[in-house]
Amino acid sequence: MGMANIISDETIEYVGILAKLELSGEEKEAAKKDMGRMLDYIDQLGELDTEGVEPMSHVFSVQNVFREDVVTNGDMREEILKNAPGEKDGMFMVPRTFE
Amino acid sequence: MELRNMTAAGLAAKIKAKEVTVAEAAQEVLDCIEEKESLYHCYVTVDKEAVLKKAEEIQQKIDCGELDGLLAGVPVAVKDNLCTEGMRTTCSSKILENFVPTYSAEAVRNLEKAGMLVIGKTNMDEFAMGSTTETSAFGVTRNPWDVERVPGGSSGGSAAAVAAEECFAALGSDTGGSIRQPASFCGVVGMKPTYGTVSRYGLIAYGSSLDQIGPITKDVTDCAALLEVIASHDEKDSTSVRREDTDFTSALTEDVRGMKIGIPRDYFGDGLDAEVKEAVRRAAGVLEEKGAVVEEFDLSLVEYAIPAYYTIAAAEASSNLERFDGIKYGYRTAEYEGLHNMYKKSRSEGFGAEVKRRIMLGSFVLSSGYYDAYYLKALKVKALIKKAFDDAFAKYDILLGPVAPTTAPKLGESLADPIKMYLGDIYTISVNLAGLPAISLPCGKDTKGMPIGLQLIGDCFQEKTLIRAAYTYEKAGKEHGYKDGKTI
Repeated sequence: MGMANIISDETIEYVGILAKLELSGEEKEAAKKDMGRMLDYIDQLGELDTEGVEPMSHVFSVQNVFREDVVTNGDMREEILKNAPGEKDGMFMVPRTFE
Repeated sequence: MELRNMTAAGLAAKIKAKEVTVAEAAQEVLDCIEEKESLYHCYVTVDKEAVLKKAEEIQQKIDCGELDGLLAGVPVAVKDNLCTEGMRTTCSSKILENFVPTYSAEAVRNLEKAGMLVIGKTNMDEFAMGSTTETSAFGVTRNPWDVERVPGGSSGGSAAAVAAEECFAALGSDTGGSIRQPASFCGVVGMKPTYGTVSRYGLIAYGSSLDQIGPITKDVTDCAALLEVIASHDEKDSTSVRREDTDFTSALTEDVRGMKIGIPRDYFGDGLDAEVKEAVRRAAGVLEEKGAVVEEFDLSLVEYAIPAYYTIAAAEASSNLERFDGIKYGYRTAEYEGLHNMYKKSRSEGFGAEVKRRIMLGSFVLSSGYYDAYYLKALKVKALIKKAFDDAFAKYDILLGPVAPTTAPKLGESLADPIKMYLGDIYTISVNLAGLPAISLPCGKDTKGMPIGLQLIGDCFQEKTLIRAAYTYEKAGKEHGYKDGKTI
């Protein structure tokens, strides 16, 4: 079964919320087509029997790496704030989040 | 020989012998950039004044013996997804157009510790997503062999800069072939090391489990030397591997006697250009003449690597790129209503089409209801692909094949059909899924005069075997690469 048919307007709307993207009407149509084609293509993975195969997230069997939490960098507040699109009194300025 | 035609190692030797100063080398590169940049557009940012000032500082340290590394004094270019303290780092995206990092990537620090001189930041596909450098928000880079053609991608600026002699060497990053494929298209040498060999600290992440930084150079000697400079264990990258065998230049020997080389039949099927096929076969013949034992075999699963890769890479990208929200750095939309609208508008206006396409796909395959069917399935296929390589390396020391199915396409031909573009990654991406090292080196030109790349793939941590084979081929082969210094 191809997946193209499951990419509905609602799906695109929902994925847009997850992705925090606001797509124009034209972009939404393109995304529907693109994602449908891509998922149809990805569906060929279903041909492979992966019963009992462990999902491999990392190629080496790495363990969590711990180190002491020691501050090594100096105070770079000014340099860091220079990159902020909005700044006030040494802080990041953000839109009002509570009414 | 003109200064600009020298290799990085050759230049370093001249600097060490006091025949050339670091300032002269820097000026030569800046002159080259001045002459050629309007043709090729390899760089996003070059800071001339800082470069000349730093050249003096490095010279002093060389003179007093404080710096005597392999490549001390050599000007090097850095892909624009590697953070450079005080120097703009954009990922070729509008969203980071004015971002100036407060720290440098560990790989960049390693360059500086070794006395190398960072010249500037090279153009790339936006957030390293692409195979042509055409998705850059700052314009395309052109292939120095033919300006109507793409340099490959995503490290297209780095590869073109080396080929055009706008630097002596460069760093790239490789998530699915982004070092090897542009190196192949531009006739230079590029290597993706074993995952974990070079710290990813300060590399702006695309697909974290796949990304690896590596060298792009004029020849194999420079490749080994630059890899030796940048490889290090780093506590700041939890996936960094502690290795004792990073003296890669010790492997620069002409000897492949008895080396077992496997040629995956699956790499020579439909879709491979006939001239590429012939050149790669000829290269295998050269190594055989030098004493290697060459044999064909079936690797299997090759066609499944692309869907598995794009699922995993898109999933990781959608998560990694969440940080671009218009708060702490980067682009913020001019008008908005409230916080969430600000996030959405900033991201939608700041990201380009290919980046949005992958974020959408990634968000979908990670969403509840589809996670198992897509993301987990891809991780299981990744395990099968890794197993196929393990089986191959039980029989062979290295694998040999093409880098890409064709030579560089013309500008504007690739982006219209994403799946067709993704198919171009078929020979490179499984290497990233399996964490393996692989090198791309020139093995001839096609009748259009475009360079063809040979790919050698090694087992994990076997870079030295790759370097030995690549060096032997380079010495034996009459075919060379990079555009301006050497000819075929």
